[in-house]
Amino acid sequence: MAISANEQTLVLDSPGVSSQRWRRSFGPDLDGYSFILPAAIIMICLVVYPFCLALYYSVSDKMIGEESHLVKPLWDNFLYIVTVDEIFRQTLKNTLIFATVSVVLKMVFGMGAALLLQRAARLKRFFRGSILIPFIAPTGLTTLGWWLIFDPTYSHINWILANVWPLSLLGLGPYQWLGNPTLALLSVIFVNFWRGMPFFAITLFAGLMSIPEQLYEAADADGATTTRKFWHITLPLLRPVMAVVILFSTIFTLADFGIVFVLTRGGPMNSTHLFATYAFTVGIQNHEIGLGAAISLFLFPILLLVVIFQLRTVRKDADYGG
Amino acid sequence: MAASATVARSAVGRNPKTPGWRIRQATTTYAALIPYVAFSLFPLYIMFITSLKSKQEINNLGKSPFWATGITLENYEYLAKNTHFFDHWMINTFIVAVVATAISVAVGVLAAYALARLKFRGVEAFGVAVFITYLVPQSLLFLPLIEVINFVDQYVPVRDSYWSLIITYPTFLIPFVTWLLMGYFRTVPFEVEECAYIDGCSRVRTLVQIVLPMALPGVACAILFSFTLCWNEFLYSLVFIQDELQKTISIGVFTELVRGDIYFWGSLMAACLTGCIPILIIYAFFMDYFVTGLTAGAIK
Repeated sequence: MAISANEQTLVLDSPGVSSQRWRRSFGPDLDGYSFILPAAIIMICLVVYPFCLALYYSVSDKMIGEESHLVKPLWDNFLYIVTVDEIFRQTLKNTLIFATVSVVLKMVFGMGAALLLQRAARLKRFFRGSILIPFIAPTGLTTLGWWLIFDPTYSHINWILANVWPLSLLGLGPYQWLGNPTLALLSVIFVNFWRGMPFFAITLFAGLMSIPEQLYEAADADGATTTRKFWHITLPLLRPVMAVVILFSTIFTLADFGIVFVLTRGGPMNSTHLFATYAFTVGIQNHEIGLGAAISLFLFPILLLVVIFQLRTVRKDADYGG
Repeated sequence: MAASATVARSAVGRNPKTPGWRIRQATTTYAALIPYVAFSLFPLYIMFITSLKSKQEINNLGKSPFWATGITLENYEYLAKNTHFFDHWMINTFIVAVVATAISVAVGVLAAYALARLKFRGVEAFGVAVFITYLVPQSLLFLPLIEVINFVDQYVPVRDSYWSLIITYPTFLIPFVTWLLMGYFRTVPFEVEECAYIDGCSRVRTLVQIVLPMALPGVACAILFSFTLCWNEFLYSLVFIQDELQKTISIGVFTELVRGDIYFWGSLMAACLTGCIPILIIYAFFMDYFVTGLTAGAIK
């Protein structure tokens, strides 16, 4: 990188004295600033500024369409959320269960799919393509499909439980999949798992493909079993990819909105609220933007941890930093 | 693809195993993969089969819901005649996706080139900033963005219109495009660019005529992925638009077709499936680009 940058300086028109001074302090490629300018303007106006606005709202009594004032003390909204708001505590609990269970399921089954895809010699594209579809198709629409599958009257699952032998002998159901607090949380976890698993499967599959074949050949020569090869070659070499995938998935699982909103809108009895859906309910439906912003800001510390961790791993990689 | 196929084939035939072992290995692999495929496609299948049923058939609860006996297109007819699905929502979604993608890819190409090639103070900080915005979820920003849109609305009428989405979607597209293309631009050998400079090409002309054509797969991947992300977006569209005629597909279907009565399943599922089809068609043709885009964030 450094060498190529110097070469560029030589090639460009011979700079004047003052511009030479600029170049010395700001780098050889001054036109770089104009290249990043459009992106920087959009990001400042539509990400940085709104984020600061969210910070301000979270310490204000902002309501939709009204003048706002800072609250006293400044942390009053947060204090209220953490100490008084029972629904927020429920949300915190839901989010923890939702994210943990969902990410673990995605990891386990995603790894399974990746290993199977690696072993499949024929129809590889067909299998890979179909397994990735839940991640590509519009979530709002496919979740409506699941909504029908979970519907109390039309539920396909209840129909199987009632009509397919030998399940029908057990006399299970009909269940209110989205009406019972525990089942509803399980249902939204399940749909989130369905949507997110392909991301693990495909990324881990790509990771598997990058493991040098010679390692397995050497292990074979030593007479290693498939299980030992998995634990001692595949898993250690896949660890960097796994770390990144888990971190990405954790962020997007924690921030999930669509699946929960379509299936339950946070109900029944707030048993499926996540940060985003609860912030929506408080901020949009109850018009209390200040409180809503404070709630959604709870996502930020988690995000920050992930970014720091990610940048540390990335920095170790010489040709990746920038 | 070719490389991966070779690896897999050699993985199967690596040892002098018996033909019986090989057959057993293949059988277990496919026997385990088929449930995965069935599971992945299950809701799409349910949408498809339900959309072909008449109201009477859907409400015949004793009958298996997994198969349709009397195939009818009345649900699709209802969608075309009684809703704004085709004449507004579909068109709105398309316009939003195309314009937002065009803006984001244009801006992202410039930023990515600067990050990959140019040396100036602050370029590293800019790279970190792009990465952080890439990870900021929409659910963190939707409340203050309402206020930003209200502010813009004082000068240009964007409130309650799909233009508010065209303004806001680049916030999550640009970081993605920049990050993706940065990796691609680094693979273009600098010597080629150098020749262009020596021949007197300007920086922009070199980028457009030399670098972009060589990074074409990356640009295609950025375009396809951005388009899909726009098409599938849910939260901003839900929050920013109330006008029925301005809605995008996901939100139009969810807010206008989900009604209190119990007879709507057929048309609802027809709408869901139709809304997925454009993406599925693009996906069928350009699957490899999607895979690249997906793994770009996690693997170099």
